[in-house]
Amino acid sequence: MTGSTILDALTLQLGYNASLVAVGAALLGFAAGATGSFLYLGKRALVSDAISHATLPGVGLAFIVMVTLGGDGRALPGLLAGSALSAAAGLLCVTWLTTRTRLSEDAAIGAVLSVFFGLGIVFLTIIQAMTAGRQAGLESFLLGATAGMLRSEALTIAAGGALVLALTLLLRRPMTLASFDPDFATASGLPVRRIGLAMMGLALAITVVGLKIVGLIMIVAMLIIPPVAARFWTDRVGHVVLIAGVMGGVSGYTGAALSATAPDLPTGPIIVLVAFALFVLSLLFSPGRGVLAALVRHRRHQARVHVRQGLLALAQGQPIYEHLTLRLMRRRGLIRPDGVATEAGRAQAARALLDERRWQILRADPRHEAAAARYDGLTPLETLLTRDQIAELDRTLKPEAVT
Amino acid sequence: MIGAEFVPLSLPPLLIGVCAAIACALPGNFLLLRRQALIGDAISHVVLPGIVLAFLVTGAVSAWPMMLGAGFAAVLAVVLIETIRRVGRIEPGAAMGVVFTAMFAGGVLLLEQSDTSSVHLDVQHALYGSLESLIWLDGLGWASLLDPQALRGLPPELPRIALTLIFVSAFTALFWRPLKISTFDEGFARTLGLPTGLIGLALVIVAAIAAVAAFDAVGSIIVIAMFICPPAAARMMTNRLEAQIGWSVGFATLSAVLGYVLAGYGPLWLGYANAVSAAGMIATVSGLLLARAAGFGPCRTRAGAPVEG
Amino acid sequence: MTLTLAAADGRPAPAEDLAHFPLAIRGLTVSYGEKPAVFSVDASFHPGAMTAIIGPNGAGKSTLLKAALGIVTPLSGQITCYGRPLARQRERIAYVPQRASVDWDFPTRVIDVVLMGLYRQLGLLGRVRQRHLDTARACLDRVGMAEFATRQIGQLSGGQQQRVFLARALAQGADLYLLDEPFAGVDAATEKAIIAVLKDLKAQGKTVVVVHHDLATVRDYFDRVFLINTTRIAEGTVAEAFTETNLQAAYGGRLATAQMGAAV
Repeated sequence: MTGSTILDALTLQLGYNASLVAVGAALLGFAAGATGSFLYLGKRALVSDAISHATLPGVGLAFIVMVTLGGDGRALPGLLAGSALSAAAGLLCVTWLTTRTRLSEDAAIGAVLSVFFGLGIVFLTIIQAMTAGRQAGLESFLLGATAGMLRSEALTIAAGGALVLALTLLLRRPMTLASFDPDFATASGLPVRRIGLAMMGLALAITVVGLKIVGLIMIVAMLIIPPVAARFWTDRVGHVVLIAGVMGGVSGYTGAALSATAPDLPTGPIIVLVAFALFVLSLLFSPGRGVLAALVRHRRHQARVHVRQGLLALAQGQPIYEHLTLRLMRRRGLIRPDGVATEAGRAQAARALLDERRWQILRADPRHEAAAARYDGLTPLETLLTRDQIAELDRTLKPEAVT
Repeated sequence: MIGAEFVPLSLPPLLIGVCAAIACALPGNFLLLRRQALIGDAISHVVLPGIVLAFLVTGAVSAWPMMLGAGFAAVLAVVLIETIRRVGRIEPGAAMGVVFTAMFAGGVLLLEQSDTSSVHLDVQHALYGSLESLIWLDGLGWASLLDPQALRGLPPELPRIALTLIFVSAFTALFWRPLKISTFDEGFARTLGLPTGLIGLALVIVAAIAAVAAFDAVGSIIVIAMFICPPAAARMMTNRLEAQIGWSVGFATLSAVLGYVLAGYGPLWLGYANAVSAAGMIATVSGLLLARAAGFGPCRTRAGAPVEG
Repeated sequence: MTLTLAAADGRPAPAEDLAHFPLAIRGLTVSYGEKPAVFSVDASFHPGAMTAIIGPNGAGKSTLLKAALGIVTPLSGQITCYGRPLARQRERIAYVPQRASVDWDFPTRVIDVVLMGLYRQLGLLGRVRQRHLDTARACLDRVGMAEFATRQIGQLSGGQQQRVFLARALAQGADLYLLDEPFAGVDAATEKAIIAVLKDLKAQGKTVVVVHHDLATVRDYFDRVFLINTTRIAEGTVAEAFTETNLQAAYGGRLATAQMGAAV
């Protein structure tokens, strides 16, 4: 594979079918990222796992029924309809188990996905016997396969991607309200239950459309990974949905296009791995919730706590036992290597003690309740109050305390 | 069915199925109570990249390196999930979803990239195993069970899964108290000086060992089903952990036996010539048992929220 | 007014004196995220006394207790139990967590929960013998729950659950008892039963520390108080430290609300 083939692939020059699939995957990825955000924010991310595994018996049964009726068992619309029906049945089972029994949702999801999947495998072995060893091609639903796809199949996928995306955009506002604050949504008259059902229906539709591209085992990645990654970049629901959609679209498009360049690059895994790469980047480098930023903040916070505690101890003539405190204070030139305070150390210690005493008075004073709530042992009072307010506090201090 | 062919053809797969089912159900009880039921799902997905990697490293399809590879992948997945959950402050379900799908995708990609077509290593096999093929040609009848020469011809999966079952049972028995206390009340367990983090990790590693050994013989569907369905059904039969373990072992055994028999003989009874997947059928039966317990089990609903005041 | 500052009032107890205290905390800071829940707190809980840890909601009361027990990891600070590190004194400490901290749907019976308190005697594999069962039953009896021994724990009322937790702590046979909000959401009969058991423990020379939220009952129940609001506000006997001034310092503008429920 050369650089120019990749470029060709990304600019949709690898043939009509491949381009259709890439566009379909991009649309589907966007819809999946956006819809998945609502599931993730409602803490129901893995419900999609039950949905996707529950499609298998439907695929198998639809094949058997279509062959029994004398038709072509591989007709995509029939298989997709079957998968949608059995996924809906799986979803019903999850709901029934969680509401009517003591099982928690995760156990219900696990039970449904394994049992439905097992049943699906039973059907697949029946089909193997029916077709007398000829490949029915249904295995491609497990892992997805876009190579050698029929024109009509590629069209179905592109149209399906466009449809689910349109539905997602249409339902975006009620879904935002219902997943962000269900109580408020109920109070303002929204049919929260029905919106929840619609959300599940959308996830189901995405799963069904995605079966042929990424396969039922990995389709859940498109619903989970982009929202989790997007959550690192923003705290606002609308932005999470948008960023997750873009990430999903990019993964879908890049994955489908790249896999068209070589026969040994299966579409599903590439899409998932592109999404995962975006996730890893977000996890490490996002400025707000990213790991590196958090690590830096934690170290800084720890140092502030230790230095402040050290200064207060200095000011009150108490010994400092902790090695980390001593090391930090030496490094800042607040104490000498033998532990005695330097000039700067004494000055800062006195300031810290004065600040602490002012806080003490402020926090006991009901009039300063709002400011008192900001107390964390670290924030200097000067940053919150005006000079006059501090002067007033100082009048309450005993004269000898202000030195 | 207790004919001459029972010992060579049905006894080994039956025993393997039962051992695998119990080995998974035992840790499954604790995972269920810790709200970690889906760890079994995650582990069984990452087994694939593990064995592919082991194959690429050793260049051969042999059981031990592959089990090591799968075990390594399972532990790596658990550590990754835990790390992502903690440092990224992501809910456990989502962290799991991110890790196992990505690792599974990596496994499939590796498999496609490497030339494994010549060997028996494919995704279907990883998913639903081939319990039916684990036959014992030297077993000519019940007498063969006492014949050391014939016993040497047993499928190697059988001693492996039997050993695993012994190991898992021993772990559960030996660490029964710490497991129970730390599952019920982690804070209290820590004040007793119990290493709760270590206990949780050990439980997941034991679950991974059970999953890998079972997977080797029967594929990963049974693994997920047996982690969850028998313990979940058992929870609805009793309100005592000791009894729950007993019920789950019973359900696991019943699923394995009934599933195997139905897969092998069910189609014949219905007039079809071909058997269906035993692994799939065992999972299906466990689901039916769960449905039955969920509908009629004496302890199927919550005991009711405690009365305030 | 008396200035009682974080690590400010009085001289710190010299290291050798720590052995005197069942629980001593020095310079403890615990942060959740980047906000300290407990900042630079010193505390010495006196032997044979019943001490209430009081302060407004979110003042770090439970965090202080959990850090003292090693359940949460502090950012800085030292904790000693009878002058030695906590890890070596675990058998001398019994802990009663908040009721809501566990899943009461767990498949187990009342007597099994109390037997958990005997873990240190039973060890990994020790058999539960008649004398262990007798101990557990006696502990249940002390909290008035003897007839519930074989009940499923999910079937208990809130107050009954709290008493089972207390019975488990009694089974531990410790010298120091730490209780996190034992009176929260329990009925009057339970509150009475618990306080009777705690006073009984004190009479036996045990040390009791309780995270408490009801200012009205402090004088009746406790000998000493520890006031906290992120930092230590005051510490001493009820007469010394449970004063209007100190309460004002701890609760600030929330004092009126806190006292409203208190029919003083």
